[in-house]
Amino acid sequence: MPIKVGIPRALLFYEYYSLWISFFEELGAEVIVSEKTNKEIIDIGVKNTVDEACLPVKVFHGHVMDLKNRVDYIFIPRIISLTEGEYICPKFCGLPEMIKYSIKDIPKFIDTTINFRKSKKNLNRTVMEIGSYITQDKKKIKRAFEIATEKYNNHRMLMETGLLPNDMLKKDFLGEVPQPSKKDKVLLLGHPYNIYDSYMSMEVIDKLRKHGLRVVTCDNLETDVIDEKAKTLNKKMFWSFGRKILGTTLHAIEDDGVCGIIYMACFGCGLDSVIAEIVERKVRRSSDKPFAMLSLDEHTGEAGINTRIEAFVDMIRWREDHEDNLSTYR
Amino acid sequence: MKITFPHIGNSYIPIKAMFDDLGVETVVPPKCSKKTLEIGTKYAPEMICLPLKINLGNYIESIEKGADTIIITGGCGPCRFGYYCEVQKEILRDLGYDVDIVVLEAPEGNQIELFRRISRIANTKNIIKISMAIKNAIDILKKLNEFEDKVLKFRPYEINGNEVDNLYNELITDLENSNGSKEMKVHLNRALKLIDKVPLDKNKDALKIGIVGEIYTVIEDFSNFDIGKKLNRMGVEVHKSLSPSEWITDMLFFRSFGMSKEVKIWNAAKPYIDTCIGGHGRETIGNTVLYSEKGYDGVIQLMPFTCMPEIVSMSILPSIQAEKNIPILSLIIDEMTGEGGYLTRLEAFIDLLRSRKDKKQLEGVN
Repeated sequence: MPIKVGIPRALLFYEYYSLWISFFEELGAEVIVSEKTNKEIIDIGVKNTVDEACLPVKVFHGHVMDLKNRVDYIFIPRIISLTEGEYICPKFCGLPEMIKYSIKDIPKFIDTTINFRKSKKNLNRTVMEIGSYITQDKKKIKRAFEIATEKYNNHRMLMETGLLPNDMLKKDFLGEVPQPSKKDKVLLLGHPYNIYDSYMSMEVIDKLRKHGLRVVTCDNLETDVIDEKAKTLNKKMFWSFGRKILGTTLHAIEDDGVCGIIYMACFGCGLDSVIAEIVERKVRRSSDKPFAMLSLDEHTGEAGINTRIEAFVDMIRWREDHEDNLSTYR
Repeated sequence: MKITFPHIGNSYIPIKAMFDDLGVETVVPPKCSKKTLEIGTKYAPEMICLPLKINLGNYIESIEKGADTIIITGGCGPCRFGYYCEVQKEILRDLGYDVDIVVLEAPEGNQIELFRRISRIANTKNIIKISMAIKNAIDILKKLNEFEDKVLKFRPYEINGNEVDNLYNELITDLENSNGSKEMKVHLNRALKLIDKVPLDKNKDALKIGIVGEIYTVIEDFSNFDIGKKLNRMGVEVHKSLSPSEWITDMLFFRSFGMSKEVKIWNAAKPYIDTCIGGHGRETIGNTVLYSEKGYDGVIQLMPFTCMPEIVSMSILPSIQAEKNIPILSLIIDEMTGEGGYLTRLEAFIDLLRSRKDKKQLEGVN
């Protein structure tokens, strides 16, 4: 019987699912991804997490609870750094501990440390360590990682053409999404696990699309462009996602095709409190693009979010219609 | 050039000494007050942690007193503190304050740039002069911290009441009125001698509490409602796990050799957490374990609302509480924290510790 590996559909799943799933499948494991986020998952997550944690971490706990009785291993890597000289949120470094001490009777973890802060040299060792939970055949692990990397790169390339992870995660995904006209681009900023989890984000992407807008995120922009823009910052941004968001913002400020910017933040998120502040100040200072900030928590009511999205879209539409009809009276 | 800096505990005294020695004019921000916090809260991002809000208030109050240069320390993550300087720069810029912000850090490992910044604020390129001033400042900081530790340790055992407090207040006034490290050292040495002579009732049965958590809320007594004094008044001996002098000596000297006191703390934390999670998260765990082994009656964790590293340690603390049999209280502080509710929680915690201790002693007798 194949080993069952559970991957919680939360946090960095949305960034790396193609890599993770195909890696474990190539190794011969049976991959079980937790259910899509729903009310029960959130409720059970909130119940089992320390009160102070942010919503994404609580949702992650919920997904672990969803998996806990039906898998042999749960994949909860300790992610400290994904890029040289950078970090991600400190809560990710302590995530295996948070789970271990909050949830009782839990299956074994695959909690390999992923730390590329000093260099990517230990990538091979990291991959071998993760693979060794499933098989001892080093060649097989190497091969599996090669195939998975290729899939992941393909996935990234597809995103640069304008697709989003939640399009590709749909069951009936055929490789293409009908896109409205190229002009009305709305930049949606935020952590991937906030904006792509359609239950948490209250389907913000679909709602904006229904209004005839094209939604772009950090993932639709080439990495080189983002890196170049991020280099112009006063101080190097040391959070990988922060750097992406700030780089994308700086690019969008100069892009006339972008007609509005939405930042989807999470209540209590330490990174958002810093990044959103800088993004907002930069956007307001050096452009006249409409900017909206949406905060999520476990109490967010959908009606409120709808109203704000509708108002935001109205603002964009009015600008198009009345752009040059300025009153002569000032 | 008039230099100002954020408050953290009594660190303004050694910082002032350093600039006095270098002959650079400083503007010490007014003591942290409700007004400071109000100013900070008004202009800071809503969801940012408390220290930034108080810092920002400090700057604005100092600028109003004539400061034109702000010095702050930097960092490289993963805690938010590393990006404080950028957020603060953006806010002050939008508010229209024309100030120079000097960040004391080596940007991407560039040591020459760090020295260039230091020599700019020190107003000299003379490296000997600068290092002497820094050395003297650290000496003062160490002595001051030693004194503060004794205050927290002695106060509950006092026989005549208020003697320690009087000494403490006197010392601070003396230090504030002195100019340069030489004068300050004289005052400090004198106070250190005097505090040892305060009559104490060592037989008094006092509880012992260790304070762990995020460094700013542990050290800055305005942010933690002077928790040390409050506990002392309830007859509790207090020890703070973090002090500015340890932080600075660890950061400046020992960490580069990998031989600091931290290693001992990290080893204690090892069974629970084995990696750095930013800020002082790992130290919180390690110190809690050490306190339980040293026979403390309880531990209090202090943290600002939404502090990321401390949230991780907070989720581990209940397991330590169960395994090491030591009560732990987590207190979360932000600008909305009311002193009344805070005090009630402290009192309840002390009651609990007291009855535990009495019960233990009764069992010991029988």
